[in-house]
Amino acid sequence: MNDRNQDQALRKQLEEDSYKWGFETNIEMDYAPKGLSESIIRLISQKKQEPEWMLEWRLKAYRLWKTMTPPMWGKVRHPVIDFQDLHYYAAPKKNTAPKSLDEVDPELLRTYEKLGIPLKERAILAGVEVDENRPPVAIDAVFDSVSVATTFKKTLADAGVIFCPISQAIRQYPEMIQKYLGSVVSQGDNFYAALNSAVFTDGSFVYVPKGVKCPMELSTYFRINARNTGQFERTLIIADDRATVSYLEGCTAPQRDENQLHAAVVELIALEDAFIKYSTVQNWYPGDKNGKGGIYNFVTKRGACRGARSHISWTQVETGSAITWKYPSCVLQGEESVGEFYSVAVTNGYQQADTGTKMIHIGRNSRSTILAKTISAGKSDSTYRGLVRVLPKANGARNFTECDSLLIGNRCGAHTVPYIESKNSSAKVEHEATTSKISDEQLFFCQQRGLSKEAAIGLIVNGFCKDVLKELPMEFAVEAQQLLQVTLEGSVG
Amino acid sequence: MNNLLEIKDLHASVIEDSLENNQKEILKGINLNIPKGEIHVIMGPNGSGKSTLSYVLSGHPNYCVTQGSAIFKGKDLLSMTPDQRAAAGLFLAFQTPVELPGVNNVNFLRTSLNSIRVARGESELNAVDFLKLVREKAKTLSFSMDMLKRNVNVGFSGGEKKRNEVLQMSLLQPSFAILDETDSGLDIDALRIVAEGVNSLRSPDFSALIITHHQRLLDYIKPNYIHVLAKGRIIYTGGAELSNQLESEGYGRLLEEAL
Ligand SMILES: Nc1ncnc2c1ncn2[C@@H]1O[C@H](COP(=O)(O)OP(=O)(O)OP(=O)(O)O)[C@@H](O)[C@H]1O
Ligand SMILES: [Mg+2]
Repeated sequence: MNDRNQDQALRKQLEEDSYKWGFETNIEMDYAPKGLSESIIRLISQKKQEPEWMLEWRLKAYRLWKTMTPPMWGKVRHPVIDFQDLHYYAAPKKNTAPKSLDEVDPELLRTYEKLGIPLKERAILAGVEVDENRPPVAIDAVFDSVSVATTFKKTLADAGVIFCPISQAIRQYPEMIQKYLGSVVSQGDNFYAALNSAVFTDGSFVYVPKGVKCPMELSTYFRINARNTGQFERTLIIADDRATVSYLEGCTAPQRDENQLHAAVVELIALEDAFIKYSTVQNWYPGDKNGKGGIYNFVTKRGACRGARSHISWTQVETGSAITWKYPSCVLQGEESVGEFYSVAVTNGYQQADTGTKMIHIGRNSRSTILAKTISAGKSDSTYRGLVRVLPKANGARNFTECDSLLIGNRCGAHTVPYIESKNSSAKVEHEATTSKISDEQLFFCQQRGLSKEAAIGLIVNGFCKDVLKELPMEFAVEAQQLLQVTLEGSVG
Repeated sequence: MNNLLEIKDLHASVIEDSLENNQKEILKGINLNIPKGEIHVIMGPNGSGKSTLSYVLSGHPNYCVTQGSAIFKGKDLLSMTPDQRAAAGLFLAFQTPVELPGVNNVNFLRTSLNSIRVARGESELNAVDFLKLVREKAKTLSFSMDMLKRNVNVGFSGGEKKRNEVLQMSLLQPSFAILDETDSGLDIDALRIVAEGVNSLRSPDFSALIITHHQRLLDYIKPNYIHVLAKGRIIYTGGAELSNQLESEGYGRLLEEAL
């Protein structure tokens, strides 16, 4: 009995500790009034000093959005969201377009420090603590609606790579924005994409010129801090002919009782022989143990393999959010283009995830691979939803899909919903699915060999996900492994 | 007092949703002392509760102790979690070893050894030192490198699984090992190798409880005592020679006398 009391105390502690990113930063904020209207959009556009065409683009999206309703087909449940009860713009007051890191509010830098992403440029400039073996990572950090710092600008500029806040790109590279923004996810694509197109406030822009291999990993760190705000970032990545780039996105948010909305749009464009690798480690606040609070993560991510032999690879590790609704997809237009989707989605407590991918085969001999690992624990519910569509001209198209679910405990659920539509008889589409459960016998065996229950689950889960985790850049793979373990702490009694 | 393990009047039930009132008593008052350095053998008919005893001693959550005590190295064994018992030096070689899909054997062995080393206050072994150690142990047990690289017990033959248990035992160097029918399903050479694995651990600080149906194993491992377990109780205890008698007579006479 004593044992059981101890166990409970420990579990309580774990619950309280488990979201260590839940702190709040006290910074003076500049808010737009709550609610959404044409005048709010004009305000955002003006704050961002945008050209007239951008405002028009946003207004068009807004008008489309007003005619749309939230999608209902996902296997997620949540109360109706009052879109007029949100702030659509919130920015740290002091931070009006920092020219260099020194102009960034020190409080903000401390926040990033706490999150474990020291803006490494500082150290490098000061000549300290540079690990020669670790490849440098350029980071763009987005704090609520504003991008606060982009590191390594110069190294990237020397290589001809553009990596900057999208708000800056709109002013500086209008031709490119006009050509590519919305070319993969149009303003009216879906309810949340339309909303994002109308109100997005920041995000990253990447352009890698012809023949250039981006000299470092690019990374964006998103953080929602302010109350009652939505975060609507917009990312646009273009890899020109024969260009290569690897991009990583990480996210956290403070612990709050109310739900917060995150509705991002990410567009990737790969031209001839280009390669884009996009990795996400999503760790938004999932809500407390009773299912209160947490982020609603409604995201549209899509890549277009426009050129022949172009290649886009999505890797995601989704551990956070109260609700995750996202389907990173590939439109395989180019001949012999390649799309990949590697996913680990973990849910615990009352979390809900409906995630998967779409692979649209248009080009001849286009190929796609889907490897989705779903882990459910506690009272959570997780769905893999995937579409493989082969259009009539996609001769020789091939897809291989594998979906594996792992259940921990008896009160969670995992579902696999594959849709296959093939209009070309020469195409080959394969689908495999498995469901397994971590058994008491496995846990006991590991414990008998000295592992704690937590470590045993971690070991089995990592074994289950390793084929996906190995797709992540090295240093993030380690972080992701730890995150998986933290997420599943206290998942068995 | 020189007893490593003292079991007094131990009663235990299996917890099963399918059972009426959820419980069924299986161990009905076990008394057993195992002094340091001794090897004891338990024999007995199928279903008599041998595996149950090994599970109860190692803390399997499906069994609950309803009465009695077990003191291990002077401490209350029954209040410890399974991993605490492992750290205290108790090892169980499972009658049916469990498969861990996706978990690499070497990785598992290393995590296991390091957990136990840390619990004992020793430092973790780095990958290089560990590999050296595991290669050496694997060699003496004729355990192939290929099996080390595979996932824990996945696709192993029955005998290979048993050998993997012995490999784990020789890596972890427990002070008390329970071997639950580790000799079943082994070919003649493997049986000798497994026996050597146990004998190599023999020291004044190592004790073992060996559960077996066959006298064969006892040709290689000389026990101090043999106990006969039937219907949840130890009904008879004898010396090493008892196995010969059981081999020729069966349990019939002992069972009758016990009634
Ligand atoms: N999980 C369980 N559910 C129901 N009955 C169980 C369970 N575990 C054990 N038992 C019963 O308890 C009794 C003792 O089983 P146990 O496995 O301990 O026997 P054993 O002596 O090891 O037998 P064997 O020599 O066949 O290995 C058996 O009647 C068995 O059916
Ligand atoms: Mg048995």
